Amino acid sequence: MRRASWFNAVSVALGLAFLYLPIVILVIYSFNASRLVSVWGGWSTRWYGALIGDQDMLDSAWISLRIAAVSASAATLLGTLGAIALVRGGRFRTRLLFSGMVYAPLVMPEVITGLSLLLLFVAVDVDRGFWTIAIAHTTLTMCFVAVVVQARLVDFDTSLEEAAIDLGCPPLRTFLTVTLPLIAPAIVAGWMLAFTLSLDDLVIASFTTGPGATTLPIRIYSQVRLGVKPEINAVCTIMIALVALVVIAASLASKWRVANSE
Amino acid sequence: MSAPAQNAGTAPDAPNARNAPNSTARRLVILLPYIWLAIFFLLPFLIVLKISLSQTAIAQPPYTPVLDPAGGLAGLRDFLAALSLDNYALLASDPIYLLSYLRSISIAALSTALLLLIGFPIAYGMTRAPRGWQPILFMLVVLPFWTSFLIRIYAWINILQREGLLNKVLLALHIVGEPPAWLATDTAIYVGIVYSYLPFMVLPIYATLEKLPESLLEAAADLGCPRWKTFWLVTVPLSLPGVLAGALLCFIPIVGEFVIPDLLGGSESMMIGQTLWVEFFGNRDWPAASAVTVVLLGLLVVPIMIYQHRQMHRLERDR
Amino acid sequence: MTSVGTDIRNGPANRQGTAATSISPRDPSAPPLVRFEAVSKRFAGVSAVEALSLDIFPGEFFALLGPSGCGKTTLLRLLAGLERPDAGRILLDGHDLASVPPHRRAVNMMFQSYALFPHLDVGRNVAFGLKQDGLPKVEIAARVADMLALVKLEGYERRKPHQLSGGQRQRVALARALVKRPRALLLDEPLAALDKKLRGETQFELMHLRQKLGLTFLIVTHDQEEAMTVADRIGVMDQGRLVQVAAPPEIYEQPNSRWVADFIGEVNLIEGRVAEAGPVGTTIMSPDAGTLHAAVAVDARPGATVWVAVRPEKVRISLEPPAAASQNCVAGAVWEIGYLGDVSIYKLRLDTGFVMKAAAPNMTRLIERPFRCGERVWLSWAGDAGVVLTR
Repeated sequence: MRRASWFNAVSVALGLAFLYLPIVILVIYSFNASRLVSVWGGWSTRWYGALIGDQDMLDSAWISLRIAAVSASAATLLGTLGAIALVRGGRFRTRLLFSGMVYAPLVMPEVITGLSLLLLFVAVDVDRGFWTIAIAHTTLTMCFVAVVVQARLVDFDTSLEEAAIDLGCPPLRTFLTVTLPLIAPAIVAGWMLAFTLSLDDLVIASFTTGPGATTLPIRIYSQVRLGVKPEINAVCTIMIALVALVVIAASLASKWRVANSE
Repeated sequence: MSAPAQNAGTAPDAPNARNAPNSTARRLVILLPYIWLAIFFLLPFLIVLKISLSQTAIAQPPYTPVLDPAGGLAGLRDFLAALSLDNYALLASDPIYLLSYLRSISIAALSTALLLLIGFPIAYGMTRAPRGWQPILFMLVVLPFWTSFLIRIYAWINILQREGLLNKVLLALHIVGEPPAWLATDTAIYVGIVYSYLPFMVLPIYATLEKLPESLLEAAADLGCPRWKTFWLVTVPLSLPGVLAGALLCFIPIVGEFVIPDLLGGSESMMIGQTLWVEFFGNRDWPAASAVTVVLLGLLVVPIMIYQHRQMHRLERDR
Repeated sequence: MTSVGTDIRNGPANRQGTAATSISPRDPSAPPLVRFEAVSKRFAGVSAVEALSLDIFPGEFFALLGPSGCGKTTLLRLLAGLERPDAGRILLDGHDLASVPPHRRAVNMMFQSYALFPHLDVGRNVAFGLKQDGLPKVEIAARVADMLALVKLEGYERRKPHQLSGGQRQRVALARALVKRPRALLLDEPLAALDKKLRGETQFELMHLRQKLGLTFLIVTHDQEEAMTVADRIGVMDQGRLVQVAAPPEIYEQPNSRWVADFIGEVNLIEGRVAEAGPVGTTIMSPDAGTLHAAVAVDARPGATVWVAVRPEKVRISLEPPAAASQNCVAGAVWEIGYLGDVSIYKLRLDTGFVMKAAAPNMTRLIERPFRCGERVWLSWAGDAGVVLTR
């Protein structure tokens, strides 16, 4: 009975086209030899060349990558613990408050979280820069990681753990050797999600940044406000390609793993 | 399929293997993220509240009073006495703020409605696709979300600017004579918002629809419903939890949006995110910005609590 | 031996010589209510239903019985319109259903998972089908109330499905399907989720309901006891084909193949060659059990391989050799005893090594059973106690 009508197919196709068209256009224009968007000057990679010479841009990219790596790792650790606490922690007091703190950042407008974190850093008189951005990103992205890992934990078949314990494995080791490997894909997905969110964040980084810590989005944003620049197209295309590669590689890897385990 | 599947072996309150023997490990597991969030999420809000009750000052930090722990109890008393509601009075008196709040809420509401209108058919179409296609479609919908938000908005600037692609197409098709200005309009804001938040609407609806047992649709057909009636009488009512999740996931952050109206919108009237930014970075008026934040939080606290309540409810039910 | 094909279409006909104990369907003179004509259905290259023809008569309780994957559920869904046949026709009251979509067919289905609408209460669930027919509200309410009373759920209108037990949900699903008074009620393994006691009670309730409402029921089940209990006729299916269609006693006592004999209940299958084929009796030589006599005429030449199928309860165990010479008898030792309370199943190893089963009711309340493990006993059965199968 699962028959899709032409309306279903068209709406999905249109939706995907809508989602991808601007990206495709951007990628195409990054190869536009002409500086002006209105003119197509032929294929060229000059903007990619210009990028390599743009030291500021490269510095920002490097800073963003480092912040993303650090905050993603911290966020994955905290978020996974948070998910475990929510799903397996039982009914401890103030559980409601805890869950509120975990779920709220998911929907909270970023200007609010950015502003409040900045005020915290100022109140304790901390020098703002790399680490404040990293802490801010960790706080935001750990909630996303928690949601991803929690979804996997809820589906987890606890009889596997019970079998291990029955066979003599102490609880902590059971968790490390039985549970963790099986929820690892969710944890990895959480890390990737946190990494991408950190790499991409503009608002919170803007609030919590300091001298010498201009992240890539901040730099792109300041240039974009002045108008479209072809080098930006090139930067964006590179970032899109990077992310697409990682996501496709990850999904292929999971498919390969599933196929191999059958 | 109509009976909710109980997770193998765990009743909600049963002490499971992780709890019983090793309660220090358990406490650590809970405490670590708890403390982090308390310090870096909860505490900042208290500070925002405090600063909203302060005055600006040409000083570092640019507000007064500053709580000096060395001042002791007397210092604390002075501190409390210096707090005032002046900033809130300012918010109430100057219509700019009220207009900004209203504009934000109305844009968010209309955007959410548009997102629902566009997102629901996409999510529904995905569920009707052949089984093998669904993971691919899912990945395709999620992929733009993984690419940079800023990039995607920037891509629209490319298209919407006066010499951009949209006008080129319109001119070529002779739909318009003169290239109209799309940027710096509300239309551009809506396009940007719908574009950015579409995955947030599509995915929760898809997740809910996908769990809908086929047998319910077959039962409706068996009892006399043609397909369109089955859709309205069975599919839509049962999709409402997903719709609500998607709506909350979109509405709440859209109210506080900054980047999209800043890059795509005009400068005549601002959404509250922009107002906040300007107060903070432009006017360097931290207390006023804090007051704006507190009021914004107050407006959003009800939807946020609804969202959080539903998430907890789902967590409990799925255990 | 008469072929299976013609039998099925025209109802029970001559069997292997013995007086036909055919139990006719409810209304033998009426034309069939449902007719499957050479219906085939394939899923991803695998044949689920293969050129199947079957008649179901008005007023009967028909059971489709078979192992998992035999195509019985597919056949049901083809009738409901939830699947379309790749070949053949399906007729309801003589009308071809090919162009009729499921929501316009005059049959209703009770789903295995019950498929109750979670967002509607019991009353609205039951009324759902009636609302599609556009009946006036007052009449709907009355019929819903009547039907709920019939399934013993009066007053449950406002409850939601998740507030009901499994047995109650099942009755709501039944009420919902019945309230439209369909020409045929289709039941897809309806009792699978119930415990044994409830299942037994519900089986009788179903039979009761059918009789009271005068409807035709078509039930799909893999539980032979269930099929034997409720059905007027059983269609045994295997790998997409109908193997035998007959009333329960006939299926049980006159299976037409080893497969059916083995599928239904317990059976002893003794292989042998025909020594003498006479008009009223056959002699079979079996390496496992010696010379056997069957009081039937078998359509097989001397030398042909046949199988004697004897049900365990027809086999008598005794410590002394049996008196009557015309009985079949073999000797062996008791190997295993299965005590089931009302009967005991004995597994015996014959001197030839062949294992046979015998069932004896426990007529007395002795804790000490008459036969012990390892004891030497005699097994015997009458000439007409078994059937001779040629395939």
